[in-house]
Amino acid sequence: MSPRVMAQLAMVMNLDKCIGCHTCSVTCKQTWTNRAGVEYAWFNNVETRPGQGYPRGHEDQDRWRGGWEVDAKGRLRLRAGGRVRKLLGIFANPLMPSIQDYYEPWTYDYENLTRAPLGDDVPVAPPRSLISGEPMAIRWSANWDDNLGGDPSEDPILRKVGDQVKLEFEQAFMFYLPRICEHCLNPSCVASCPSGALYKREEDGIVLVDQDRCRGWRMCVTGCPYKKIYFNHRTGKAEKCTFCYPRIEVGLPTVCSETCVGRLRYLGVMLYDADRVGEVASIADDKELYEAQLSLFVDPDDPAVAASGLPDDWIEAARRSPVHDLIMRYRIALPLHPEYRTLPMVWYVPPLSPVVDALAGSGYDGEDADNLFAAVEALRIPVEYLAELFTAGDPVPVTAALRRLAAMRSYMRAVNLGEEPELPHSGLSAEDIHDMYRLLALARYDERYVIPTAYSNTPGAVEEIGCSLDYDGGPGMAGPFGEGSGRPVPVSIESFHGLKQRQTGEETTRDRVNLLNWDGRGKPAGLFPPKKGEAS
Amino acid sequence: MSEAEDILLKTGRFFRRSVTGQDLRTVYLSGGREGDAFYRDRWSHDKVVRSTHGVNCTGSCSWKVYVKDGIITWETQQTDYPSVGPDRPEYEPRGCPRGAAFSWYTYSPTRIRYPYARGVLVRMYGEARGSGLDPVAAWAEITTNPEKRETYQRARGQGGLVRITWDLATEMIAAAHVHTIETYGPDRVAGFSPIPAMSMVSHAIGARFVSLIGGTMLSFYDWYADLPVASPQVFGDQTDVPESADWWDAAYLMLWGANVPVTRTPDAHWMAEARYRGQKVVVVAPDYNDAAKFADEFLAVNPGTDGALAMAMGHVLLRECFVDRQVPYFTEYVSRYTDLPFLVTLTERDGRDGCYVPDKFLTAADLGSQEESADWKTVFLGADGEPVVPNGSVGFRWGERGKGRWNLKLDTEPLLTLYGGDSGDSGDSGENVEIALPRFDGGGPLTRGVPVRRIGGRLVTTVFDLMLAQYGVHRRGLPGRWPHGYGDASEPYTPAWQEPITKVPAERAIKIVREFAATAEQTRGRCMIILGAGTTQWFHGDTIYRAFLSLLMLTGCQGRNGGGWAHYVGQEKCRPQTGWAQLAGGLDWSRPPRQTPGTPFWYLHTDQWRYDRFDAGELSSPIGPGAFRGRHTADLVAEAVRNGWMPMAPAFDRNPLDLGDAADPIANTQEELANGTLRYAAEDPDDPRNWPRVLTLWRSNLLGSSAKGNEYFLHHLLGARSNLPQPDERAPRGKLDLLLTLDFRMTSSTLFSDIVLPAATWYEKHDLSSTDMHPFVHAFNPAITPPWETKSDFHAFHAIARAFSAMAKDRLGVRNDVVALPYQHDTPGEIAQPGGRAPARVTPNLVVVERDYGAVAEKMAALGPLAERKGLPVKGVVFTPDEEVVWLGERCGLVPRGIGKGRPMLDTEAKACEAILALSGVSNGRLAAQGFEQLAERTGTDFGALIHRDHRIVFADTQARPTHVASSPEWSGKESHDRRYSPFTINVEHHKPWHTLTGRMHFFLDHDWMHEYGEALPVYRPPLDMTALFGEGATDMLVVRYLTPHSKWSIHSEYQDNLLMLSLSRGGPVIWMSVEDAAKIGAADNDWIEATNRNGVVVARAIVSHRMPEGTVYMHHAQDRVIDVPKSEATGRRGGIHNALTRVLIKPTHMIGGYAQLSYAFNYLGPTGNQRDEITVIRKRSQEVTY
Repeated sequence: MSPRVMAQLAMVMNLDKCIGCHTCSVTCKQTWTNRAGVEYAWFNNVETRPGQGYPRGHEDQDRWRGGWEVDAKGRLRLRAGGRVRKLLGIFANPLMPSIQDYYEPWTYDYENLTRAPLGDDVPVAPPRSLISGEPMAIRWSANWDDNLGGDPSEDPILRKVGDQVKLEFEQAFMFYLPRICEHCLNPSCVASCPSGALYKREEDGIVLVDQDRCRGWRMCVTGCPYKKIYFNHRTGKAEKCTFCYPRIEVGLPTVCSETCVGRLRYLGVMLYDADRVGEVASIADDKELYEAQLSLFVDPDDPAVAASGLPDDWIEAARRSPVHDLIMRYRIALPLHPEYRTLPMVWYVPPLSPVVDALAGSGYDGEDADNLFAAVEALRIPVEYLAELFTAGDPVPVTAALRRLAAMRSYMRAVNLGEEPELPHSGLSAEDIHDMYRLLALARYDERYVIPTAYSNTPGAVEEIGCSLDYDGGPGMAGPFGEGSGRPVPVSIESFHGLKQRQTGEETTRDRVNLLNWDGRGKPAGLFPPKKGEAS
Repeated sequence: MSEAEDILLKTGRFFRRSVTGQDLRTVYLSGGREGDAFYRDRWSHDKVVRSTHGVNCTGSCSWKVYVKDGIITWETQQTDYPSVGPDRPEYEPRGCPRGAAFSWYTYSPTRIRYPYARGVLVRMYGEARGSGLDPVAAWAEITTNPEKRETYQRARGQGGLVRITWDLATEMIAAAHVHTIETYGPDRVAGFSPIPAMSMVSHAIGARFVSLIGGTMLSFYDWYADLPVASPQVFGDQTDVPESADWWDAAYLMLWGANVPVTRTPDAHWMAEARYRGQKVVVVAPDYNDAAKFADEFLAVNPGTDGALAMAMGHVLLRECFVDRQVPYFTEYVSRYTDLPFLVTLTERDGRDGCYVPDKFLTAADLGSQEESADWKTVFLGADGEPVVPNGSVGFRWGERGKGRWNLKLDTEPLLTLYGGDSGDSGDSGENVEIALPRFDGGGPLTRGVPVRRIGGRLVTTVFDLMLAQYGVHRRGLPGRWPHGYGDASEPYTPAWQEPITKVPAERAIKIVREFAATAEQTRGRCMIILGAGTTQWFHGDTIYRAFLSLLMLTGCQGRNGGGWAHYVGQEKCRPQTGWAQLAGGLDWSRPPRQTPGTPFWYLHTDQWRYDRFDAGELSSPIGPGAFRGRHTADLVAEAVRNGWMPMAPAFDRNPLDLGDAADPIANTQEELANGTLRYAAEDPDDPRNWPRVLTLWRSNLLGSSAKGNEYFLHHLLGARSNLPQPDERAPRGKLDLLLTLDFRMTSSTLFSDIVLPAATWYEKHDLSSTDMHPFVHAFNPAITPPWETKSDFHAFHAIARAFSAMAKDRLGVRNDVVALPYQHDTPGEIAQPGGRAPARVTPNLVVVERDYGAVAEKMAALGPLAERKGLPVKGVVFTPDEEVVWLGERCGLVPRGIGKGRPMLDTEAKACEAILALSGVSNGRLAAQGFEQLAERTGTDFGALIHRDHRIVFADTQARPTHVASSPEWSGKESHDRRYSPFTINVEHHKPWHTLTGRMHFFLDHDWMHEYGEALPVYRPPLDMTALFGEGATDMLVVRYLTPHSKWSIHSEYQDNLLMLSLSRGGPVIWMSVEDAAKIGAADNDWIEATNRNGVVVARAIVSHRMPEGTVYMHHAQDRVIDVPKSEATGRRGGIHNALTRVLIKPTHMIGGYAQLSYAFNYLGPTGNQRDEITVIRKRSQEVTY
């Protein structure tokens, strides 16, 4: 059967390049969530591993029961139970992280610094809860275990790996794991929502919460095994990473990607067979899920793609997709927790790390320049730990990916030093190595981000926003449980679309001059009254 | 799936109109763009403005600032940097989480919106004015009345600030300045504002005001201990380092005490990416830090012992690449570009027959030459074994006969060694003598043989032979005690010797240096060491650095792309240096400006000198001349000032304006000094006549950040309450009459200030930014006008200047000011004292400067006539900006009246930016060409390829996008679109000498004070033993090394109060400690702890982590006391900042002056405010805290 080809905008993060700086978290927060109700929410966060992460211990699915599982009959079901169970427990949900699991957001009495009356000591700004307004002691934060701060032994992954890892100075290892919504192909959050407020956009696969429809049941919070849906306690709505769709639609990278100073994020199109999603997600063996998900992806040059009805520029973008290359061609990018069976679409290149001290002195990794870099087995980060993150515990794909990175390094060192390079056994050809090097090392802006715009084939979309009332449950229409939607009042600000429309559409420029967006060329349309004989 | 669930799932389809996945699990919805208006609205904005952050960091990242409805909303990074080439990663995006959080400040509750002053002071001032006193008299009355003085000084830092008007603020400030200048002297006014490069105009405008009135600007680079003194010592350069894009060129990269992902966040990607090109990365650090994550190998080193590891690596390098085998590239390189072949005289050690010590470089004068500057011309042996006086030493730099000869061209192959080879039995191969060399790691002096010759009646050897002796690399036939091999731990400096000191296994040290050397040989010098504060900011940081630099020089890595040292500590490089210096120093109106090295200034004026309980000779070499014995370090400071080595403010115990009243002020001053009626202020810093009286801080948080010995500052300088455990009652308190701070946020500095002015943020003004790490300049632009009553530094200082000038016009009038000037580097003064020895009756250099006090405001706002009349001096050349002044007049308009009539206007920040760019070589090819032509005349070599007359950057270019600078004699490296910046490439490729004694890079420093300290050669000096130095007894409490590395969550104290950064970290001051140390005091993660020592107390929470080594704690730099710092149990008062536990310790060798590269220049050479040798007691405290 010919595949039903759909397009998904996906991201790959190269953890080997992540410096753990959290710039992505801050720019994301500043742009999207620095407002009341979501102070505690970080659509993008960066975790030091090993560590508990945010919210605390979110990977412990024995506790949180997020994602999907396969039942005895081999059928896929939500791990936390279907909607009925959810509806029964709708007012008391033990599977929801508490605010303390995220962290109690706080601020400080900053004004005391300026306003303190003359006293007998230096004024100070002590912390206060943003929830209660009361003085508080800070005991947990969005990034409490940064750089191995505190005791990482509660890390659920570490517990899986068991005694192989000792948390001692001599064996210390760490790496950083930036996380956003996975925009899964098989999103358990969408399936968990009793209101149908969560949806996956047909054209690009971005998973969104319809703020109008959300009734605040928070089933999505439970359903998402990555804990990447946040409850706005002010509006009573769920919110989540939007993949910066207002930027993506116009061809701009997400904020987290463009501001990533490690230059480790890649954005591009993946084509997949939508009809096989359920089949793949139901494969019995967790360890086979990675390969199965690969099988879901459709080669952009497959004839089925041409017949799929996808816009040409999307198909072209899929051909040039850096994400596709990293996932399919070089096979160095891996999914995060495939065992959750959500078929996540934010993938990761695993990190290299220093050699273990005990092996370094013994000449294990050789003393000649040809073998300057250690073998993968001697690295400080245990492969088992990475395998628990990316391949449901199977070390083989992780090791293969690390070997390819190592192979590229030794090959390119020879090139760099003007020697004749030898092609290492890693499954990559010399061309692959050169291309992979270009993508990973040079990582040019226009090659990191290959984003087709949403405009070209959907002219109807270019309209002023906020007026799509023509659907069930629109403003004024009662939801299934009879609550008002609490529709946020749109800020009366122009959007890109409006601006673009205004600049190009005759309708508005005739009445209104927009100097703000005048590009400085010629005279702005509408500034001067039309001359005689000139079309108005 | 149950039936019921199935039904519900299917029903879900009908909750909305949408396509449901065939398997019913996914809801697809097309037209999502209508579906989610909220975020689309959120994203929309009115405009995007380019600006950046003028923080003391090396970022210089260009940002997009988003504005909606006239409100700054957020920022993201620009990505439009100049390309570094098609085959390498680009600069974009650049930025860090700190910068990304900046807009929070704009409307935050810590924003200073109005002028403030201490209520008690305002009241007293109002009363005095109300009683009929004029402003100056009112200020005088308050500050001279002991009771009133104590009342407002004790209130400093205790709250009680009240809002005042700008008019009242500037009136009080002007009155304080006028009173001080009139009563005590203009050099009792000091300004402190660090790192001009981060926002040149904001810095320059305040410095211009201070300089024009005759006040002193205080240095910061040395004070911050960011200045690697090894750089002037070895290179004769302040600091010059590769741009970060040049890391890409390195084939071997060591990060030594530098945590690049945290401290150089925007550039760290090159390190990650260059690995894919096959670069090997080695990280040396005490803890498993962010950089270690990227390493191929991580060497955990005991803090402060890095020098021992480097010395051992040098041992292997010398043995394997210079003795057992000769690497032609290395030999050729060191012969041409270093002092290794130069001859050094040996003198007999006092009272010991047959035992010698190295003394001075042999000079042409020693050979009997009478020619010009003969005692500044060093000597080596040519290939034929005859003495040669090669071109290029400093003796060729300034004289008439040196023209065309100050270059590195050689007619002969110099001999590196006098060693005649092994003739089979000892001694026959030539004459050898035993020399004594100091060691500081325990044990007696080293006794090792060197081959010698007798020349001109002097016993000489080469620097190379001394190096082999020092490093313990034995050659057959040479006498002395030598290590038997790498495994011999008993003698320095073998790999086995360093192992117990550093904890790094000997075989790893050997392995790494072999790789390093092999890579350097194969790539002709593409090995780089990135050096950080972790190895710089030690008392003996210069020796650590010299051991590192030796590795790089021996392997031919300096002056090579992808090679050499990359010292990224602080931000020293204002790329358009000349134009900035012109504006900042007010050089266009009067010269010279007063500039004072920060460290000794604070050492004296905060009375930290009184707490030095040890003899200045305590740290001298056991085999040195003993010149420091029985003296106090403060005496050495005074001597350096007297010798003209180093300036100090105040200079004399008299108002320099009164000295200027004499008929012949210079003769009179010299006479009074000679007969003792006039004394140097440094000789008695506690005399009230010698106190600094007015201090202005801007772009700075001295008291919450860099003030090492913070409690001494509070107690003695400010007279405020402090946590100083045992104050010295003999020392005065409350020296400053006025502490003024301009800032946009509340800090320790504003809290302790008498007057606080509300500053514009970086998103609210025009300015320029550049760094040492990047080859571009770019602009600040206002996204909004300064809100509330805030003003940019530019407008604030103009307001102050106008108030001051109006008040000073009649009160002070026009006066002559006598300025004492030290011998300056890169001027003929650097060869004023042959042999580095000051004459017994040294007379200071004095200059009379006319001060027209009524005209200060007008001068500030106009480009003065000295710009073109006297030219713009930089690094020994002078630009003449005649055409540029005309251009600026046309661009900026001409001043219509007053003292600046007909001069270019500098009345806005944008015009000041324009002037800086027009007057600098990097941004104005015409001036660069002038400089290169002068240089060519002196060197006789060709710089034609570096001249690009048409290159010109104007301010609008930098507003449009970051703009690439061009090569200029201002810097030592080449700049072009296809060449990454690497220092000393001009030297290496154009035969241009380094600005040193020999004109080459120096392994050997022959100044008397270097011998006194035992540091003539690279040497290992361990961290100071503070317990012994300060005579502290043993304790059973937990004593740990107290380090203050830079934080991930702040740039110094900036951002540590930012809510976003606090939310991403532990939300307040923390100390990182090891699991083992925490167990010893029973502390768990997040417990409150207290750290105390003889300097103060810190209260913080513990972060317990296994990435920390036992015995060392980290309190990250500049955690100010303003956020979540409770009262301490030790004193019952608010805990201190990170620098509450540190203090200033002056290393005398940093004060050497008047001797070639060891000559003073502002921020070029001076004692460092090092702070890493400190220790502290840590204990768990009650978990109940009060604020």
